[in-house]
Amino acid sequence: MRIACLAVVLSLWAVVAPAYELEDHSRIDGTGPRVLRILSTADLDVFAPYLDAFHQAYPQITLDYAVASSSELHRAIREDASFDLVISSAMDLQFQLVNDGYARSHESVLADALPVWARWRDQIFAFTTEPAVVVISTERFAGLSIPATRQELTAILRDHPERFQGAVGTYDVRESGLGYLFATQESRATDAYWRLSEVMGRLAPRLYCCSSAMIDDVLSGRLALAYNVLGSYAADRLARGSGGRLQILRMTDFSNVILRTAFITRSAEEPEAAGWFLDLLLSIGLRDTPGPWPLPPVGDGSEDLGSVFGPIRLGPALMVYLDPLNRQAFLSEWLDAIEQH
Amino acid sequence: MWRTASIWQRLTLLLAGVAALLSLLSWGMVSALAREAAERTQDNVLAASATIIAETLRSEQGEVRLELPYSAFSMLGAISEDRVFYRVTADDRLLTGYTDLPVPRPPASGNSRVGFETAEFRGEAVRMASVTRQILAGSAPVAVTVTVAQTRAGVSAIASALSRTAAMLSVAFFVVAVGLSAFAARASLRPLNEIAAAVARRGPSDLRPLRRNAPAELAPLLTSLNRLMERLGLSIRRSEDFIAEAAHRVRTPLATVRAQAEVALRSVEDEDTKQRLRRMIRAVDESSRSAGQLLDHATVAYRADDLARSRIDLAALAARTAEALSPTAALRDITLRLDTRPAEVTADAVLLDNALRNVLDNAIKYSPEDTCVTLAIRHDSTFARITVTDEGPGLGNAADGDLTERFRRGANAEGIVGSGLGLTIARDVLVAHGGRLELGAGPDGRGACVSLVLPLS
Repeated sequence: MRIACLAVVLSLWAVVAPAYELEDHSRIDGTGPRVLRILSTADLDVFAPYLDAFHQAYPQITLDYAVASSSELHRAIREDASFDLVISSAMDLQFQLVNDGYARSHESVLADALPVWARWRDQIFAFTTEPAVVVISTERFAGLSIPATRQELTAILRDHPERFQGAVGTYDVRESGLGYLFATQESRATDAYWRLSEVMGRLAPRLYCCSSAMIDDVLSGRLALAYNVLGSYAADRLARGSGGRLQILRMTDFSNVILRTAFITRSAEEPEAAGWFLDLLLSIGLRDTPGPWPLPPVGDGSEDLGSVFGPIRLGPALMVYLDPLNRQAFLSEWLDAIEQH
Repeated sequence: MWRTASIWQRLTLLLAGVAALLSLLSWGMVSALAREAAERTQDNVLAASATIIAETLRSEQGEVRLELPYSAFSMLGAISEDRVFYRVTADDRLLTGYTDLPVPRPPASGNSRVGFETAEFRGEAVRMASVTRQILAGSAPVAVTVTVAQTRAGVSAIASALSRTAAMLSVAFFVVAVGLSAFAARASLRPLNEIAAAVARRGPSDLRPLRRNAPAELAPLLTSLNRLMERLGLSIRRSEDFIAEAAHRVRTPLATVRAQAEVALRSVEDEDTKQRLRRMIRAVDESSRSAGQLLDHATVAYRADDLARSRIDLAALAARTAEALSPTAALRDITLRLDTRPAEVTADAVLLDNALRNVLDNAIKYSPEDTCVTLAIRHDSTFARITVTDEGPGLGNAADGDLTERFRRGANAEGIVGSGLGLTIARDVLVAHGGRLELGAGPDGRGACVSLVLPLS
């Protein structure tokens, strides 16, 4: 009998337990019964000001904020997990979800105010533009010239293997959707990427899941250099005080700029509240002045982003590298370059 | 309302209806063409995308290899914000893409390598293009089919935008067409209006044929109108002739009766019989006067169309007429006073005499016994004016037009024998001469004052 009960509980658990992993979770209780469920890749400490702003504007709504990696988020939505709003910096995965019909339309004045490249089909909307940057440890770079292009960076890494052995960090593109997006877009834009990857591969690079972990390790001195880090996180860390141990570099030859996007899910139970939250994000994204927000505004797509190429375009082409065959081919090439020992 | 609507309205409405029909038709056609063009554009891009993908197919160690080119999808993203789906199969085995995407039939004709089809996928209509290529994998060739599908929102957006533009153009076309229709209808009706105006401008007794150039469609109408007027004129003349003839025939026997009655009056002694005879004579006089007036009227109607113009001194005419009527006046002790000065007009003497005689006769008839009737002639630079003033009961308040109507008599003419033709005759004569008849009260509000106004020669 007892065993039977346990079996029932276990089987129920198997049904109830989500098939995706959450990294973090937070809840702000509202005065009313309505709950807005948000699934996001943005770390809680980065996103807390946005949640607070929404709570102040709509105190009646309870906010349920879950953080997951971009690939877990992708899987969760594909499995129709019950979330109302989905926020992610992995544009390609976000776009594929919308293309495959997991989003619903949202129309508002703010949505119309967005530049055309920052939205697609009234369904997916960008509220930040964030460049990929290189973060270096000033201590470990002491005495070296600061590289401005990939070529210079490649040369420095090649010329000082002893200094950078095991001290170079970058995304593990097999795990991180954002890392994969950066890598594929960069490989498409410049052949310097593969040369750099090969040089990094010889230095036994450390591979990471997320920007924040990379920045942490640069800060602690474990890493001399973190390649392809989300500029907004690095700037946020710099602003919170790094004791001068951190420096952000923008590659002038080419720099990826991604759009952090949000959409309301097709299965949303609170589409109205999700629309309010989305509009709040857009109003913050469309601001002219920097303000207290940790994430940069949408801007006009060219200014002060360290790139003449503009942000990665929201469009079906983003799905090309998500194709399993293409992904397989890219990953094997990447592994060949990055794992040489 | 339709029955009484003017030709212009009918014509305009009809033309506007035709314009509306044409506008609608052209809008429909342009919309259909726009849709067709947008669909073809999408087909071409889809075909290009599928072809590019098919071209990257290759065989590697007996396996079919495929690398989706970036451009294959970026070109689809460039034309619209439509959802994109794809599927690559090798001999019915899925290589990559969306498993549940339907596969279009192979192209019907042999020339085209690309097959197209429209289907429903994930709740939206999609257009699909598919290309099949034979790849040698291992020892046997494998048929690899690449299918690229895209939703049709962009096509619909382009088509409806063009359709809206076409609708606006059609409305503009319609408005212009209605304006032009109204103008054209008015222009084509102008000859009709001109003829109507020409007829309306004519005097009441002008029955001359209408001579003007009319469009072929109006020529029969004009001919009929002229024929009608000719017949009417003939009929009027015949009836006037008949009246004149009748009056003349009545007058002669009346004169005989009167003469006989006077002879009888002189020969009888019996006062009673005398009285009866006198009454008889008076009645005969009235009858003969009425007959005379009818004759006068017929004369006027007959001669007015073709006046015999000669120079006449009005003073002499007035003197003659007064002379002729003085016996009648004397019978009732009415004094005829002449206050004339010479004035020359060009007129038909017979008619003018008729007119003046009738006016003067009226004045004498309606004057009480032992009063005075004044006949005055004045003139300024353009008009001569013969004024006949009596001391009778006046003309009352009736309008001028009423009194000059045929057989109409003043409200205060009860008890006096008369036909009511006198003033009508006078007016017809004056109007025929380009003058007019003026009716009014006497100098101190008493009596009647009738003026015959004639243009000076």
